[in-house]
Amino acid sequence: MENAIEIRNFTKLFGEFVAVNNVSFDVKKGEVFGFLGPNGSGKTTVIRMILGLLNPTSGSGHILGCDIAQDREKLRSRIGYMSQKFSLYEELTVEENLDFYGGIYCIPNNKLKEKKKEILIMADLKGREKMIVSNLSGGWKQRLALGCSIIHDPEILLLDEPTGGVDPIARRQFWDIIYNLSKQGVTILVTTHYMDEAEHCNSIGFLYYGNILSLDTPNNMKEKIIDGQIVEIKSDKTLKAIELLKKKDYVKDASVYGAGIHAMVEKNTELDDLVLYLNGNDAVVHSIRKVKPTLEDVFVFLVESEKRKNGVIK
Amino acid sequence: MEHDIQTFSLVKKFGDVPAVDNLNINVRKNTIYGLVGPDGAGKTTTMRMLCSLLKPDSGTGKIGGHDIVKDSEEIKKHIGYMPQKFSLYGDLTVIENLEFYSEIYQVPKRESKEKIQFLLEFSNLKNHSYKLADQLSGGMKQKLALSCNLIHTPKYLFLDEPTIGVDPVARRELWKILFDLREQGVTIFVSTPYMDEAERCDEIGLMYSGSIIKNDRPDNIIRDFGKHILCVVSDDSYAAREAALGIASAEDVYLLGEELHVISDNIEIIRRELEQLLKSMNADYTINEITPTLEDVFVNIVKSRTEMTYGKRN
Repeated sequence: MENAIEIRNFTKLFGEFVAVNNVSFDVKKGEVFGFLGPNGSGKTTVIRMILGLLNPTSGSGHILGCDIAQDREKLRSRIGYMSQKFSLYEELTVEENLDFYGGIYCIPNNKLKEKKKEILIMADLKGREKMIVSNLSGGWKQRLALGCSIIHDPEILLLDEPTGGVDPIARRQFWDIIYNLSKQGVTILVTTHYMDEAEHCNSIGFLYYGNILSLDTPNNMKEKIIDGQIVEIKSDKTLKAIELLKKKDYVKDASVYGAGIHAMVEKNTELDDLVLYLNGNDAVVHSIRKVKPTLEDVFVFLVESEKRKNGVIK
Repeated sequence: MEHDIQTFSLVKKFGDVPAVDNLNINVRKNTIYGLVGPDGAGKTTTMRMLCSLLKPDSGTGKIGGHDIVKDSEEIKKHIGYMPQKFSLYGDLTVIENLEFYSEIYQVPKRESKEKIQFLLEFSNLKNHSYKLADQLSGGMKQKLALSCNLIHTPKYLFLDEPTIGVDPVARRELWKILFDLREQGVTIFVSTPYMDEAERCDEIGLMYSGSIIKNDRPDNIIRDFGKHILCVVSDDSYAAREAALGIASAEDVYLLGEELHVISDNIEIIRRELEQLLKSMNADYTINEITPTLEDVFVNIVKSRTEMTYGKRN
């Protein structure tokens, strides 16, 4: 499949601070690609460079075959962008916001009319055309912002932390729309630090302090990255059990996960040994089982091993 | 059983719209209670009434035996309340922010000094104590905001969506602090739109349109779901989705990355029908039943409520 986005050795310095360090990746046409990373890892900087809003210090990129630095104007009408803080005009109505973005992209009136109709249905905003945006709840606003960013039928869609603070139902509705766009051939790049959002992507780049630590599908990440076995433990004394676990050499990490504990142990660890040890130290085990790592486990593992490498923690 | 936080038929209307409608909640002493629900369910309004910041239209509530309407001054001494946007002073340092809140709460000087040192240690902010609040990352800001709310050693802690915009590593840290507080005897009331977070609570109330429609331990809520979820992985997930949408017994169908999830009351029928369809498409596929997550249950309950009220969408 052909690549819609090809980024080679993107580096961005702010003064002496390296915000993005030698980042390269490809996104296939029609793919949903996710940039995953903690706050301040450089996700937004990468997006802004792809958009041509920020010049990379070095490196180059091609979008739909055009050079990002040279063909900026040509690309503008082919890319849609939804920023972290949905850029909507709060005191305008739903329809006025769509009209405004239609105007910016110089969409002819008859086409705009049709497009608006389509977006209102897609975003489940029909019947709310005359509502003032500031009166809409998070999920509606988010879908309107998405609608505004695709009013010019872009081939590439960049979404910067699109679902922060939106409830699960609205999130699911949002992703239904994204998948439909992807099915129509739109290439989508999302930045996020929410694991459920990352699960929605076809492939993920894990960004940490400006470096890509891993680039793969969510499933491969879960299978390949963690060097050990994740064990889910439920005990009547969660915190005590975690402290006890951390004392053992074969336990590499242990933390609260959902209602229980996720411990990362060496692959040949016997679960019975763990149970005996915890029970013997007054943290009675109710249940214990090996589980597949979640993306959150992968995320925490990558961040902690990077911190260890840099000597931040031991 | 002893209840620390209780409401009795609490009602609050804004104009004609009931934001909180005949609400009854019982929170056991020394537990973490999670209020979950879609945007606009009334979570923040509830919390503001419990903290005596908003007067109910009718009904009342009790916190540690104090009436939220009559004893509001007394209540404020014993609670910590962290709203969604908690005001830190960006141009003050971490320590100065803590000192400022310590004075507001009139903590005696000697006690305050010790408490601030304790909190810096407790929330792992010691190495950042002379940084300006504005220079902190999102996760650290939240930990500082929480610490400011702990300066007067409250017995009851109210947190309104505390981890929005906070990455997984910082979220785990914040929750570790909440568990520590619970061990110290604090009763915690937290609202969240994230279901993986709700799973960490001892008990959750699912709020919808101003009332609680389900109240139980998270694992009980999942156990009592009564519906089944099949996970289909195939070479063309869009075609599989189209096929699944055509099956009458499929209650809900949605994509999650490479996976297609299908919810149904009757697993045998749906599995057979899905297999037939996928075979007729000559697709490579696997079908497995998966355990529902709290998010699956939540979305399903809220969706069926919405359909009961407004009719089925699409």
